[in-house]
Amino acid sequence: MKYAFYPGCSLEVNAAAYDVSVRAVARVLGVELVELDDWNCCGATEYFSQDELTACAVIARNLALVEPSMNQLTAPCAACFLNLKKVDRLMAEHPDLGGKINEALAAGGLHYDPGRVRVRHLLEVIHTDVGEEAIKAKVVRPLTGLRVAPYYGCQVVRPYKDVDDPEYPVKMDELFRWLGAEVVDYPVKSHCCGGHMTQISEPEAFELIRRLLQSALEYDTDVIACLCPMCQLNMDAYQSRVNGMFNTSFHIPVLYFTQLLGLALGVPEKDLGFGKEIVSAGPVIHAKLAAC
Amino acid sequence: MSSTTRARKREWVDEVIAETPNGHRLRHCIQCGTCGGSCPNGAEMDYTPRAVFNLIVAGQKDKVLSSNTMWQCVSCYFCTARCPHQIPITDIMYTLKRMAIREGYGRTSDAPALAKAFTHYVDKYGRSFEMGLASRYHLLNRPLAAMKMGGMGFNMFKRGRMALTPSRIRQIDQLQAIIRKARQLGGAS
Amino acid sequence: MAERVGVYVCHCGSNIAGMVDCEAVARWAKENVSDVAVSRDYKFMCSSLGQAMIEEDIRKEGLTRVVVAACSPHLHEKTFRRACSNAGLNPYLMQMCNIREHVSWVAQERDPATEKAKSLISAAVARVKRQEPLEPMKVGVNPRTLVVGGGIAGLQATLELADAGYPVVLVERSPSIGGHMAQFDKTFPTLDCSACILTPKMSEAYQHENVTLYSYAELEEVSGSVGAFKVRIRKRARSVREDLCTGCGACIEKCPRKVVDNDFEVGLGYRKAIYMPFPQAVPKIPVIDRENCTWFQRGKCRVCEKMCQPGAIDYDQQDEIIELDVGNIILATGWKLFDCRKIPQYGYGRLANVFTNMEFERLCNAAGPTSGKIVLRDGKTEPRSVAIVHCVGSRDKNHNEHCSAVCCMAALKFGHLVLEKTGAEVYSFYIDMRTNQKMYEEFYCRLLEEGMHFIRGRVAEITDAARMPGEEGKLIIQCEDTLLGRQRRIPVDMVILMGALEPQADAKELGLKCGISCSMAGWYTERHPKLDPVATMTDGVFVAGACQGAKDIPAAVAQGAAAAARVMGMITKGTVEIEPVVASIDEEGCSGCRICNNMCPYNAIEYDAGRNVSRVITALCKGCGTCVAACPAGVITGSHFNNEQIGAEIEGILWDARAAAGRGAAAAV
Repeated sequence: MKYAFYPGCSLEVNAAAYDVSVRAVARVLGVELVELDDWNCCGATEYFSQDELTACAVIARNLALVEPSMNQLTAPCAACFLNLKKVDRLMAEHPDLGGKINEALAAGGLHYDPGRVRVRHLLEVIHTDVGEEAIKAKVVRPLTGLRVAPYYGCQVVRPYKDVDDPEYPVKMDELFRWLGAEVVDYPVKSHCCGGHMTQISEPEAFELIRRLLQSALEYDTDVIACLCPMCQLNMDAYQSRVNGMFNTSFHIPVLYFTQLLGLALGVPEKDLGFGKEIVSAGPVIHAKLAAC
Repeated sequence: MSSTTRARKREWVDEVIAETPNGHRLRHCIQCGTCGGSCPNGAEMDYTPRAVFNLIVAGQKDKVLSSNTMWQCVSCYFCTARCPHQIPITDIMYTLKRMAIREGYGRTSDAPALAKAFTHYVDKYGRSFEMGLASRYHLLNRPLAAMKMGGMGFNMFKRGRMALTPSRIRQIDQLQAIIRKARQLGGAS
Repeated sequence: MAERVGVYVCHCGSNIAGMVDCEAVARWAKENVSDVAVSRDYKFMCSSLGQAMIEEDIRKEGLTRVVVAACSPHLHEKTFRRACSNAGLNPYLMQMCNIREHVSWVAQERDPATEKAKSLISAAVARVKRQEPLEPMKVGVNPRTLVVGGGIAGLQATLELADAGYPVVLVERSPSIGGHMAQFDKTFPTLDCSACILTPKMSEAYQHENVTLYSYAELEEVSGSVGAFKVRIRKRARSVREDLCTGCGACIEKCPRKVVDNDFEVGLGYRKAIYMPFPQAVPKIPVIDRENCTWFQRGKCRVCEKMCQPGAIDYDQQDEIIELDVGNIILATGWKLFDCRKIPQYGYGRLANVFTNMEFERLCNAAGPTSGKIVLRDGKTEPRSVAIVHCVGSRDKNHNEHCSAVCCMAALKFGHLVLEKTGAEVYSFYIDMRTNQKMYEEFYCRLLEEGMHFIRGRVAEITDAARMPGEEGKLIIQCEDTLLGRQRRIPVDMVILMGALEPQADAKELGLKCGISCSMAGWYTERHPKLDPVATMTDGVFVAGACQGAKDIPAAVAQGAAAAARVMGMITKGTVEIEPVVASIDEEGCSGCRICNNMCPYNAIEYDAGRNVSRVITALCKGCGTCVAACPAGVITGSHFNNEQIGAEIEGILWDARAAAGRGAAAAV
């Protein structure tokens, strides 16, 4: 299994734990990730608010950089994943726009034929391509007793509905069940983390984060597993300030799903970026998994 | 039943439609309110997306572009996924954001400044730069909030989650050539 | 002798003339197409004046062929054939050329549209010159009618025909007739008991001397054509002999195997492995559910057999095949409920107290699983607030684009029942309130008066994630109140989803068997949406009730009666004319290879072993042309569609290509 790999800007620094754990997990599962040479930022949601055509061209440069020998590109960040997938689809469905994007790419000596690269989120690669059997076979340290709340957020499951159910996704739930964890079935798993609102207007953003943490707490969650750097940042780094605003006392660690997967696959904690989260996951994980 | 085409005066709604992929579906809106009910920030909006669509069709450009509605959009795509007429609502919000910035509205929110600062770094380095954003956007636009974020920034820094220098791509010239061409094709400055 | 062809170009008001230059086309035909003696354009060719014009030309100008360039032959072929007949010209010497549906309605630009109209006319003229006079064939109409579906529409049709003295065969898939109406509690807007008005019709149909009922049976195959269909019915094995069973119910009472009833009680109640769907079932004969019967699954039990005094239990009973001749067929196969799980944000199947409309019908039915008590899924708690969610899977391009037509009124009915039976507050979440039949709007006003709350806004989601005080332990309806322009969250105890009415899953398959088509959504297509709503494009096949489109009981009953009236008209007339468009075999050249025998989809070719030739049974032949193409010796001819006619048509359509090729060849020289 070989994929072009688009890490995205967050994984370089603020989501470094995602980066190391993705690479470690891929090694164990036999997934070869070939990092896109000289990839550039996907523009997040911000570029589309400024200039649509340029946003598309900036994103399309990455699609054009995928080596001709490869036809699948995977991204671990939800926003990067959606932007790459969206531009591929827009180019296919709107040839006028596609033509302009290619005209822009040509100024850099590049070209992209829509449909040439299939954009996949890392969760699909692990859940669907690697699959249940191969993953179960490699579990050496089951997550027995650990109550994991899978958090999908928005942009992996919406607006395109082909990755998972857009309202009630289940793929990460299934994955954690294969790993032996107790999966928390809570109602807000695909609700919004606030996205860039934390940067713009905290009262609105913190209310959205509060709703997620509140529901996770009600369902007796040990750890939230997420698949996007922005979601992780909002729920983890802002958790104490959310407590401050609402006079709550949430203390729920938020990890990347690959960190927990790595743990189950027997990768040492130090190679999975543990300790980089603000709300420390160490205590609950050690307490729950000590028995095993 | 005959499909004779008649020349109709181009209205603002046509501009919104033209600037949005699949935007013509805006005309199919039955004002059901699924979008407004689904929006995580719907309660904070001056007008719900549904009401905005009605205003767009009614040509109330000033009301729409000076509202906070599109700036409250966090691109969660709940509205788009649920809309019974498959209207690309989130993308229409992007269109309204661009129009508002272009036409000098958007002072009701810090969002335009954030977008501007963010794209600035993408254009310059090919990668986003959080520390740069912190100074360029937060300190300039919202010094008080930046102060409050200081503690959090320190925590992030301590855990190696903040970098002082930007990451850069090698072929920045190539990216910038693409950006220049795209701006030129899009008619933006 | 050269033919004298008349060409008539219709404007169809502005329908054609708006996109095609009809005058120029008519002029062009006269000047450029050989053998065109007369060519005219006219505003409405189908009007009596237009027809008179054609008739007069036939008489005065001695026309021997006629081409009418107008709308689809489905609409006016008969009209113009009659005009020809009136003037003494054989009607099969007229050809219609569709320049409306095939040209003006689908074209964007005038010039190419006009050119296309010319090509089609050129083709029609070339073809019509080679057409031959034909005589329509008459076939007797078998007075027996097949009605498929024993819901209210099918029952109405059955009774109308039977009461008029004609034999009816009624086929019903379930073990009992009655359809969805048997499950309902009350009917809107009169609030009379559904069962009370339905069951008399059910027993009347069963006991009627002119009705033969096959329940637990399905239509398997249809052959033949109008007046003389042959149908094959599979009567599934009930494992109970109908001739011996007295309907005493002892077998049911003693059956030790209890299973969830997912059919009649939509999962809310139980039934036995041997069961009748409901107490007033017709026929009152149980059926063994072999999938769940202990004897069939594990080879033990036979309790029902021991209990049955008349000895009616028959474990070895096989499906029975019944073959019948009928003159007409009425399809009244109804609808199915949208699967509300397809909208996961409404929580059906995940949140216990979210119910479907059909579940609620059973819940408030006195004969239902709770004896009519409106309670939550726990079976005892009365709700203190109920939300009714409209348009679940209707008016939604992700699922069904259509409006299901009955839900607004059913929601009002539910609201009334909740208010009447409980002290609960009732909230209706609607997009548009549609109450456009007799006494419907009045019923809406009554519910306003009774204090039902109406919130205009399609529900965004239903969640148990409490966000604010007062929401704990409740189902929270989140929506935009579009009249206020604000988001609202309303906590309730119970939610009723008004699921859409959808076409039956196998509607297309059954339609194909009967030779009729479905809309994209899967509803049966009527011959004309306004003027011929119960006939179909296949003569002798009619549709009634919700299989033609979502509708309520009064509309379904009206259609059932209308379909019966149409059938009675056919029976009273006694014969039908059928198109003489059939195949014929030149026996001289036939080698008796019998390839055509097996290819014929209508079993219309028989083999004469004595003379070693095949022969077409004209009464059964539909003129489809399969045998014509299949015959290795090329000795089968399809009348009205022979090779010469089709070849001429193609040459005609390519008139300008030929002209261009001619010029090209000339240039090359």
